[in-house]
Amino acid sequence: MENNNVIYGINGPVVTVKQADCFEMMEMVHVGKQKLVGEVIGITDDLTTIQVYEETTGLKPGDPVTGTGAPMNVLLGPGIIDNIFDGIERPLKAIEEQAGAFINRGAAVSSLDDQRLWNVTLKVKVGDKVCGGQIYATLPETPIIEHRLMVHPDLCGEIVKVMPDGEYRIFDTVAVLRDDEGSEHNLTLCQQWPIRTARPVKERLAPTVPLITGQRVIDTLFPIAKGGTAAIPGGFGTGKTMTQHQLAKWCDADIIIYVGCGERGNEMSQVLEEFSELIDPKSQRPMTDRTVLIANTSNMPVAAREASIYTGITLGEYYRDMGYHVAMMADSTSRWAEALREISGRLEEMPAEEGFPAYLPSRLAEFYERGGRADVLSGGEGSVTLIGAVSPQGSDFSEPVTQNTKRFTRCFWALDKSLAYSRHYPAINWMDSYSEYFNDLDPWFRQNLGDDFVEYRNRISALLQEESSLMEIVKLIGADVLPDDQKLVIETAKAIRVGFLQQNAFHADDTFVPLEKQKAMMKTILHLHTKAKEIVAKEIPLSKIINLGLFDKLNKMKYDIPNSKLEMFDEYIKEIDEKLAAFSK
Amino acid sequence: MIIDYVGVKEINGSLIVMDGVKGVSNEEIVDIRLDNGTIRQGRVVQIEGEKIVVQVFEGTRRISLKNTRTRLTGHPMEMPLSPEIIGRVLNGSGKPIDGLGDIFPVKRANINGTPINPVSRIYPKNYINTGISTIDTLMTLIRGQKLPIFSGSGMKHNDLAVQIVRQAKISGADSTNFCVVFAAMGVQKDVADYFKRSFEESGVLSRVVMLLNLSNDPIIERTLTPRCALTVAEYLAFELDMHVLVIMTDMTSYAEALREFSSSKGEIPGRKGYPGYLYSDLASIYERAGMIKGKNGSVTQIPILTMPNDDITHPIPDLTGYITEGQIVLDRSLQGQGFYPPVNVLPSLSRLMKDGIGEGYTRADHQALANQLFASYAKVIDARSLASVIGEEELSPTDKKYIEFGKLFENRFVNQGFNENRSIEQSLDLGWELLSTLPRTELDRVDDAILDKYYKG
Repeated sequence: MENNNVIYGINGPVVTVKQADCFEMMEMVHVGKQKLVGEVIGITDDLTTIQVYEETTGLKPGDPVTGTGAPMNVLLGPGIIDNIFDGIERPLKAIEEQAGAFINRGAAVSSLDDQRLWNVTLKVKVGDKVCGGQIYATLPETPIIEHRLMVHPDLCGEIVKVMPDGEYRIFDTVAVLRDDEGSEHNLTLCQQWPIRTARPVKERLAPTVPLITGQRVIDTLFPIAKGGTAAIPGGFGTGKTMTQHQLAKWCDADIIIYVGCGERGNEMSQVLEEFSELIDPKSQRPMTDRTVLIANTSNMPVAAREASIYTGITLGEYYRDMGYHVAMMADSTSRWAEALREISGRLEEMPAEEGFPAYLPSRLAEFYERGGRADVLSGGEGSVTLIGAVSPQGSDFSEPVTQNTKRFTRCFWALDKSLAYSRHYPAINWMDSYSEYFNDLDPWFRQNLGDDFVEYRNRISALLQEESSLMEIVKLIGADVLPDDQKLVIETAKAIRVGFLQQNAFHADDTFVPLEKQKAMMKTILHLHTKAKEIVAKEIPLSKIINLGLFDKLNKMKYDIPNSKLEMFDEYIKEIDEKLAAFSK
Repeated sequence: MIIDYVGVKEINGSLIVMDGVKGVSNEEIVDIRLDNGTIRQGRVVQIEGEKIVVQVFEGTRRISLKNTRTRLTGHPMEMPLSPEIIGRVLNGSGKPIDGLGDIFPVKRANINGTPINPVSRIYPKNYINTGISTIDTLMTLIRGQKLPIFSGSGMKHNDLAVQIVRQAKISGADSTNFCVVFAAMGVQKDVADYFKRSFEESGVLSRVVMLLNLSNDPIIERTLTPRCALTVAEYLAFELDMHVLVIMTDMTSYAEALREFSSSKGEIPGRKGYPGYLYSDLASIYERAGMIKGKNGSVTQIPILTMPNDDITHPIPDLTGYITEGQIVLDRSLQGQGFYPPVNVLPSLSRLMKDGIGEGYTRADHQALANQLFASYAKVIDARSLASVIGEEELSPTDKKYIEFGKLFENRFVNQGFNENRSIEQSLDLGWELLSTLPRTELDRVDDAILDKYYKG
C-alpha cells in the first residue's frame, strides 16, 4: 500500500501525524521503522493522534506510520492458558527467547504459538447450519481445560467442508462455512476480537451462585457471586495483592485471568513461581493449567498498561463463551486509571477531579459491566467475575478512582491500615465493607448449607456491630467498667476476630477453608456465647468463664481442627457444655 | 554532514525551543556550544514538526536567543561503562569529577534502561543479614529487593543506611563480589561527605561508585542521577556478576526536580503539582532492581526519602510505597526518646520477607515470631492510647503487661548501637525473651509447638 503518513510530532508516548485521512478512530497502527504498536486516539482534519504502546525513544519526525485497518485486536485460540502476556497479548516467554532478559521494542512475535500442533476433534459435518458462537471443534488445551472452538459471533451459514479429526496448527483451516450471501469463510483454530468491544451473549443471568473463595471473611460476611464485581481498595502494605493471590489460588472458578497492571516485576515472578508449584485441590494439576497471566509491570510502557485490562477481560469473555466460569483479578485498576490520566494529560485534555479525565467513570463502568453470568451463545452457562484492586492515593477512600469504582461494583472489601499494622490478615474491615449480593445469594446458601448458616452469619455480624459501638466507650473509659454481659460481647467478638475472621494464608489448613468448616466454626463460637450469656445472666462473674480457657481454645481451632476432621467440632461443643455445666448447679 | 543550529527561539526555565531542526529523534542528546566556549548538554523532550523542545541539563543561565550553536549527537543519553568505574566519583550526569580522567568505555548503555521481562526475573529469596534487629526480624531485606527508608528531615536515615552498608557486606559467601552504588540527589555537601567518610572508615570506599548531585547543582541533572546510577548498577550486576547495593538519597529532591521541570514544560499537574506521570517515572527507577535468570549478580535498592512534614500520605512516599516492596519507616518520637535506629515497626514492612525467611534461610520460628511481635506491639499502642485517657493506673493487668512489654521492646529490641551487629539468632532469641514477659494466652499468632519450644514465661 502507498504510504505517505509520517510522524509529525512526539510527546512522550503520544505521536501525531499531519494530514492523514485514512486512519480510523481506535485503529491499530505501526509506528516508525521498528513497527512499534500504537492506536489512533484522536483525529482532526489536521492532525491524527496516536498513543504508542512502546518506548518512543529514537523515533524521528518523518518516520512512517502504517495503518492495519482494524482496531486493537487480540488473537483468541488455544495456547492462551498457561501463558504469560504483556498488555497487548505478546507472549513474554517467546520474547525472552528472542531478545533475552530485557524487553526490546518492536518485538514481532505471534501472540500464540503458531507451530504447535493441537489434537482437534471436529463437532460439525457438511450441511450443518451453524451460527455465531456455536462450537465446531474441540481440543484439549491443558489436561483440565477443553478448548472449544466457536464460530465467530458475526458469522452465520452452512458448513460446506470439514477436515478429518487430527493434528492442526492454529492457522490451519479445519472447516469451511458459506454464509447466506454465498461467500466462504475458513474456520481455523483461532479468531480475532477487538479488545474494547464486549463479546455478545444470549442472555444475562442473575447472580445467584456464589464464588466460593475459602476465605472466611469473604464467604460468610461479604460473599461475591459468580459473575459479580468486587473492589478491593487499600493503601500500600494492606495486602491487596496477597488477597488477590489468595482468591486466584483458591476460588472455585474454572479459569483464572490474573492481570498485573502497573505492579511490581518481582511480584509477577512470584506469581509465576507459586502458581506453577501449587497443585489445584480439585484437579490435582498445577494451578498454571487453568491460569492466564497478563503482566504489565510499572516500568513497562504506560499505554500498554491502559490496554492490559481490556486484553484481560476479552480473554475472559472468550472462555466464558465456551461455558466456563472465569475469574479475573486486576491488580491494580488505579494504575490503569492513572495511565488514562497520564495519556489524557499528554493530549492536553481538560482534567476533572485530581487531574483524572472526565470520562474516568464511564470507562470504569464499561469495564465492570463486562462482568456477569450469562447464557452463552454456545449453549450452557458461563460467567466472568471481576475483582479489581484499587490503590487509593494516600489511603484516602474519597479519591475519584475508589469512589467511582464503588458506584460500579457490588462488593466492597475495604482493607484497613490498622488491621494490617497488627498483622490481621486478610485486613478486610468488617465495618466499612459490604456485599450487595446477600439477597441474590440467600436462596443458594439456605439450600446448600441450611437456614442456620444465614442465621449464624447475621448473628456474627450483629455481634461485630455491637462490639464496635462498645469499643467507642472502652476507648474512653477502659473495659473494666462495662457490665459483664457487655464484656462478654467484647470477648466473643474477639474470638470472632482472632479465631474466625483472621486467616493465615501460610498455614496448610487455614489457607483455604470449606464452607462446612466455616459454618461449624461460627456455630461453635456462637454456642459458647449463648451458653456464657446464660451463666452471666445468673450473675456469675465473666472472669470465671474466661479462666476456663475456652475462648483461647476457640481462637486456635482454625489450626487445631483439620479441614478433613469436621466431626471434632462436636467434641468442642461437648467440652463447652461440660465445662460450663459446673456453673449451672 | 554535521549541522550547527544557531540560536534558539524561546527559553523557559531549563527548556529551550528551537525551530527548523531536521532529522532529530525523540530523546536525542544535543550539544549546545555557547559563545564563551562552554559546552552544555541537552535532551530532546518534545518534537512538533521542525520545532523541538530541549531540556538543558546544566540550566539555561547565560543562554540568549542568539549566543548558541547546537549540534545533534544522533544518540540518546548514554553512560560510558567499564569495570574501572568502581571506586570512582562522578557528577549527577555520570561524568568523573574526581580528577582521575575519563572512563574508557568497554560499553555504552542508554541510561533509561529497558524493562526486565517479568518471566526472566528470579523471585528474590536470599536474605541479607543487616545485623539490625528490627530489620532482620520484622522487615527482612532480601537480595534483589527495593526497600526504601521513609524518613524526615533531621532523622537518622543516613546513619541507618551507613550501618546497613557496613554490616551487610560481610554476610554470605559472595562478599568479594559486593559493591555499592551511591547516588546523591540534591543533598548537602556535608551529607555527601559524611557518606564518603563512612564508606572510607568501613573500608568499602574502593568498592563504591559515587554519583553526586548536590543541592545547588542543576535540577535537570538531578533527574538523570538515579538513572545513571542504576545503569552502572545493572552493568555491574548483570554483566560483571556482582551484588550491588544502590543507595539513593534523597528521592524527595528528585521528585521535586521532576515537578519543577514538568511545570516549566507547561504540563497539566496532578496531585500537589507533581506531574501526572510521577508514578510511572518513579517506577522506571525503582523497578530496576532484581535478579535475572542465568546471571549471578543482583541489584538491591535502598532509596531514602524525607517525607515532607513527616506525612506518609504525601504523594512521594505514597507512590513510592505502591512501587517498592515494603518500607522502613522512621519515627520522630522514637528518635526524640533517644532510640537508635528509630524504626517505627508497625507501618514498616518487607513484602519479600515471607519467602526469604524460615527453615533453610533464617530459622523455622521466624515468621511466627514476627507476626506475634507485630500483633503484640500493636496492642501496646492501643494500651498506651487508653492509658493516655484513663491513666496507667486504671489499666487492666493485661494492659499493664503490654505497657511493660512496649518499654522493653523499644529499649532493647528497637534500640541498638550504631556499631552493634546482632546475628539473626540473637535478634530472634531477644524477640522470644521479650514476648515471654507476656502471658502465654496472649500469644495468639503462634501455634503451640513453637510456643513450647521458645516461650519461657
